[in-house]
Amino acid sequence: MFGWEFPPFNQGGLGTACEGLVKGLTDKGVEVILVLPVLLESTITNCKIVSPNYRIIRISSSLRAYHTPESYYKEYNNSRFNKLYGENLISEVLRYAESLTEIVLEEEFDIIHAHDWLTYKAGLNAKRLSGKPLVVHMHATEFDRTGGYSINQTVYEIEKEGMMQADNVIAVSNFTKNKIVDNYNIDPNKINVIHNGVKFTDTTEIKIFHKPRSTVLFLGRLTMQKGPDHFIHAAKKVLEYCPDATFIIAGNGDMEGRLVEQVAAWNLADKILFTGWLRGKDIDRAYLMADLYVMPSVSEPFGITPLEAMRNNVPVIISKQSGVSEIIKHCIKVDFWDINDTASKIISILEHQELKKELSFNGKSEVLNLGWDIPAEKCFEVYKSLVKIAAVKW
Amino acid sequence: MVSICFYFQVHQPFRLQKFQIFDIGSNKTYFDDHKNKAIIEKVAHKCYLPANKLMLELLNRHPSFKISFSFSGVFLDQLELYYPEVLESFKVLIKTGQVEVLAETYYHSLSFLYSQEEFTEQIKLHANKIKELFGVTPTVFRNTELIYNNALAKKVEELGFKAVLMEGWDPILEWRSPNFVYKPVNCNIPLLLKNYKLSDDVAFRFSNKDWSEHPLSVEKYASWINGINGNGDTVNLFMDYETFGEHQWESTGIFEFMRHLPEALLQHKDNNFKFPSEVVQFHPKRGELDVHDPISWADVERDSSAWLGNDMQKSAISKLYELEQEIKESGDQKLLEDWRKLQTSDHYYYMCTKWFNDGDVHKYFNPYDSPYEGFIYFMNIYKDLKYRLHQLKEINEVRDETTDLKA
Repeated sequence: MFGWEFPPFNQGGLGTACEGLVKGLTDKGVEVILVLPVLLESTITNCKIVSPNYRIIRISSSLRAYHTPESYYKEYNNSRFNKLYGENLISEVLRYAESLTEIVLEEEFDIIHAHDWLTYKAGLNAKRLSGKPLVVHMHATEFDRTGGYSINQTVYEIEKEGMMQADNVIAVSNFTKNKIVDNYNIDPNKINVIHNGVKFTDTTEIKIFHKPRSTVLFLGRLTMQKGPDHFIHAAKKVLEYCPDATFIIAGNGDMEGRLVEQVAAWNLADKILFTGWLRGKDIDRAYLMADLYVMPSVSEPFGITPLEAMRNNVPVIISKQSGVSEIIKHCIKVDFWDINDTASKIISILEHQELKKELSFNGKSEVLNLGWDIPAEKCFEVYKSLVKIAAVKW
Repeated sequence: MVSICFYFQVHQPFRLQKFQIFDIGSNKTYFDDHKNKAIIEKVAHKCYLPANKLMLELLNRHPSFKISFSFSGVFLDQLELYYPEVLESFKVLIKTGQVEVLAETYYHSLSFLYSQEEFTEQIKLHANKIKELFGVTPTVFRNTELIYNNALAKKVEELGFKAVLMEGWDPILEWRSPNFVYKPVNCNIPLLLKNYKLSDDVAFRFSNKDWSEHPLSVEKYASWINGINGNGDTVNLFMDYETFGEHQWESTGIFEFMRHLPEALLQHKDNNFKFPSEVVQFHPKRGELDVHDPISWADVERDSSAWLGNDMQKSAISKLYELEQEIKESGDQKLLEDWRKLQTSDHYYYMCTKWFNDGDVHKYFNPYDSPYEGFIYFMNIYKDLKYRLHQLKEINEVRDETTDLKA
């Protein structure tokens, strides 16, 4: 299995999804060899995530999940550590793909599974070397990442080549499947929709130091795709009605500066707070502080965070333009562009305890049935359709 | 001798608009005229008009065939607003003399559970409306969704009704049969019990291919009813009128089934058709029933949990009834009417979360994406109503002060 990031060193839901799927599969008795490129900064922690059933093989590289060719170049220039590698993200992708020959020849495996475009070249290379079937897993398309504007043609072509050459394509939602069919012209019969799951963690030990009244949380990258600008506009509207509410924006990204400036210009810097990027326990802490979680994504192939919020008894408002809205019912669904509707519903949830209680209680029950065992089982069905896996006890 | 008693419920609520917080105080109307009109038209074409045509044909062909209807006041209001032609077709049916009209609360409300005063007023409003439109006065009462308990029976008896309808629910009946007339333990008003098995065979199971009796032929169904002769006095077939053409589409053969049913039933000489008011005159009371907690005809539980099962529902309805005295004292007719339209049970039904997972009957006609939105829009409207009430009180106070000054 080819991945690119893994918790706790992940930038977003892709690492979380990869971890969940690997755990789900190994729980079913599937042996997973996870091949990851890892930033030099994160080398020490690898041993923590290696488990008896799967191991992580590192190849030094600067590949990260949410790099664009432009941001890679920026980081490359700023990096204190690393001048050994290619100056260009695409050449890095190719270098990663080509450096795998040894692993592919040494390891024994029945199937190749590659997550998102960064690893598709690697997957194709492994397929060519081994002759084993390839599954490519679409967690996001270039159209989601860019909002449909300024599509990087090379990335698009790598995605398309990966899906064309693969024996099977897994899409994280029907929303994504439709995009793949429409924009990449892939045969719909070759695509399986497997919705992500959510991991259950124990948060009883986690302490919150101060919980402001009526806290509304945004958690995600501050990029156009995630709709943080819609969030602050809705926040402004809500604050006209509920001046006591607090809005927390957890995450970073290329829109951060602009958002902070806008909030300051409105003179709402004490009501709309920015935390920067959170990881580990701080993420759970953010959920525990929240009375409501809002995911106003413009285009969200899946969206694991609402499930994490529901797991923490937090009611959620999610964008209809998301994969996760296909599998959850006990939530409020809005059009991301409808600021009035979103703001009105935020106010209702903050004002009516009985609504908040029903949403959080029913949401929690719903999400308890959305563990990783089901996606893992569906994924294994896909494998089985491609090869006979005699050795695995089911 | 078995008396076959048909009762069809006809109701449509005034559904609410998507009313945002920011709409409060804006004079935006509460009710979604466009949607309500569209639904009345759709159901009229699928059910009311063809079903009325069929019923008229049957009543004309079989002079001993009889049926009864209960219309909610808000349904009749909507026919007057959106489709008077349908109302005329009901008037034609009632003129045959072979149709009885039952009493209910004007606003298809749960008022019995919240305000006796409001309950009584709504029954009177309804009776006036029926008299005005159809020239008849109902004598038999059926409560919203057949919600029933001992206290309801007593109240309805005090109001002078001759009989009450209720669900023939096994845990209440125990070993007894629904095919007799009963009385409540605490008073004497006769009770007509729905034979839910035979009613639901038509209303719910008719087109269900997984049902072992599917397809249901007229002969088979008539033979089940004939079988009651000798061990029952009456068989009460109570169902939504929308069964014909809307719940069961025309393509299922439901209209053909009904077209031949009276004829098949009349072939057995011991069968006859009776109005609810006649059943209780004709057949003696055969036992007593004791019902404390309210039962209804809805869902597997047959209780009130579809409307009052969760905290959103309970909170929304109790807040609404808290305004009763203030609204009535305000003397504002428009405010009173809006307040009453918000009492319609459907608004609370749309907030039901218990089967939201299965997306079954509760999805039916639900104008919102989720029960949570049902609650949100209702509460925003409630706030607007309260806002209007307070505006009005301020005006009245100023007026009172001015009058005081003059004096």
